[in-house]
Amino acid sequence: MKEDIILAGVGGQGILSIAAVIGSAALEIGMYMKQSEVHGMSQRGGDVMSNLRIADHEIFSDLIPCGKADLIISVEPMEALRHLPMLSHDGWLITNSTPFKNTLDYPDVDKIMATLEKIPNHIVIDADKIAKDLGSTMSANMVILGAACPFLDNVCLDIENGIRNIFGRKGEKVIKSNMDALKAGREYTTALLKKQTIKI
Amino acid sequence: MQKLMLLGDEAIALGAIDSGMSAIYAYPGTPSTEITEYVAHSREAKEKNILASWSTNEKTAMEAALGMSYAGKRTMVCMKHVGLNVAADPFINASITGANGGMIVVAADDPSMHSSQNEQDSRFYGKFAMIPVLEPTNQQECYDMVSYAFDLSEKYSIPVMMRITTRMAHSRAGVVRKPAREQNSIKLPVNLIQYVLLPGNARKQYKKLLGNQQSFFDESAASPFNKYFDGTDKSLGIITSGIAYNYLMENFQDNKLNFPVLKISQYPMPRPFVEKLISECKEILVLEEGYPMIEESLRGFLNNGIRIKGRMDGTLVFEGELNPTKVAAALGIPVPQIANIPEVVTNRPPALCSGCPHIDSYLALNQALDKYAKGLVFSDIGCYTIGALKPFESINSCVDMGASITMAKGAADAGLSPAVAVIGDGTFTHSGMTGLLDCVKHKSNVTVIILDNKTTAMTGGQPSHGDGHLFDIVKGLGVEEEHIRIFKPIRKNHDENYRIIEEELNYKGVSVIIPTRECIVETNKRMREKFK
Repeated sequence: MKEDIILAGVGGQGILSIAAVIGSAALEIGMYMKQSEVHGMSQRGGDVMSNLRIADHEIFSDLIPCGKADLIISVEPMEALRHLPMLSHDGWLITNSTPFKNTLDYPDVDKIMATLEKIPNHIVIDADKIAKDLGSTMSANMVILGAACPFLDNVCLDIENGIRNIFGRKGEKVIKSNMDALKAGREYTTALLKKQTIKI
Repeated sequence: MQKLMLLGDEAIALGAIDSGMSAIYAYPGTPSTEITEYVAHSREAKEKNILASWSTNEKTAMEAALGMSYAGKRTMVCMKHVGLNVAADPFINASITGANGGMIVVAADDPSMHSSQNEQDSRFYGKFAMIPVLEPTNQQECYDMVSYAFDLSEKYSIPVMMRITTRMAHSRAGVVRKPAREQNSIKLPVNLIQYVLLPGNARKQYKKLLGNQQSFFDESAASPFNKYFDGTDKSLGIITSGIAYNYLMENFQDNKLNFPVLKISQYPMPRPFVEKLISECKEILVLEEGYPMIEESLRGFLNNGIRIKGRMDGTLVFEGELNPTKVAAALGIPVPQIANIPEVVTNRPPALCSGCPHIDSYLALNQALDKYAKGLVFSDIGCYTIGALKPFESINSCVDMGASITMAKGAADAGLSPAVAVIGDGTFTHSGMTGLLDCVKHKSNVTVIILDNKTTAMTGGQPSHGDGHLFDIVKGLGVEEEHIRIFKPIRKNHDENYRIIEEELNYKGVSVIIPTRECIVETNKRMREKFK
């Protein structure tokens, strides 16, 4: 049993919080985990990614082999595509649809969406809008994590517990807004899969 | 046993806290920064009175560590690979003086240059200094090796190097702690001339170092971190170093590995194991993260007739970090057909933060230089190096810490006018001050802009040693007071600011302009703390 996850986004978008929540949930049930992250120059608005590996057996490599990731979880649509070579043939790509445009030559968003649509297994969710509607723009990353939750069930992770562990110190209000965001994301994916009668 | 999730860097820090370390010295640099950060923020370290000191540069850090060791206490000094170039003088000489209290030098290499200007391999420095080098394979080894390295250092009175690479430094995994050891008390060296490297004594000390070489080989052969795994298929023997071992094993999760494997994590190389592998196996594949150091030494200048595969014969690409996929290809293991990156994807280089003071400084500089030809601005290492990219394209060099000022001097000596240097406050105190003194001494025609954002921003906001007294430092170095200009880089002051730069570009001598405004990330951090 293993789950290899590529987390992608732009420096400052909160992918390390996603990693921390999943990681904490994995540790809680005694799973092995490795998580490699990017520090330094790219954190200044450049593309960032994290390799997150969870398994019920010893994990050797800190990096996921190319073409073997089970999931790409991205908080930015173009960044999701950047890591496509990492995704396995039956892997799933879950991404935010809200672009983060901090470059002069950011591509046409329609083209990005059209490319995402061609990927066999994908969930595209407007996490920024959902987070805003919930009154908590800061928790778009937890909406994305929520949208990925159905795919994490096979490693039996209690993500809610992970949120409590990671955000516990910040008080009940912060926990609740993150929980709400997570729930909204999960519901989105569950409904979508049901509509398309896809079983995962 | 409870596992802590730690970065490799953090595991080293915790290992040091638990091994009786009394002080850690460092200059921040990716991927080494989190070692010292961890100690600096550790409550336990505070309770144990462990000093976590950000130094002005890697050389001062290394020397302070050597002094701590002289006094009999255990100490660690950390830097990124290029930082070891700065500290090379005390580093090499410390192998001649030897250590008293245990001394560990951690060098964090950055193959693939994620956040660096080259991918030099610090193991060569260890070999150059003729000291033992340890290279952990995983986070638990990072932790365990520290106490081992301190013991080794004290056993032979020699500094010991730990070499890690980016993926080891910045990857988390579970680590189990061991019981902590007390710190050493002050105890001066028995031989009070040990550290006096006058030629007569240096020769004696050097002989002592040479005399210890055989023992270092023996230690490597007996090291718990060097392992020989025998195999039935002797058509190939595999040598791995550091985390390359993980990439090898990743490829044998589902199928059995039948080749003999030598995992090297302590240098000099364990001779008996290497001999056994080479005598028994038809071919040798060397997997090492970094330059082909093991491979080159096994190959020898004349290739020795041993069949060796690695980075030098193209089995693996010479540059860049390894990964499981590259290792699979080197072993002839089929790799899955992978998708390409879709064409629509464009590059997203790092960018200056919205509200960053450097943006306003570069806008002012660009306007002041508008009437001149391009290519007049030498710069340095920090967030402001991003000014080389669009939309600013303000700077024309980034070589090593402090080079902006001295390169501008050399270009001014050649007749380039104006010759401009752009350097950050942290980089200026790290290695820019001596260069500015050169300019003053020779009355060079340079305009030096010290971007003072009051912090070491790129590595996460460590203290900047010139904060609050840059003007006095510059004046003390002999720059005329009327040509030291300070302004606040904000959009509102743009016209005034670019005219100040313009005026100083026109002055045929040394001028220093200090745009001063706190890093926006630090300002936001302070505000969040305040309103929490």
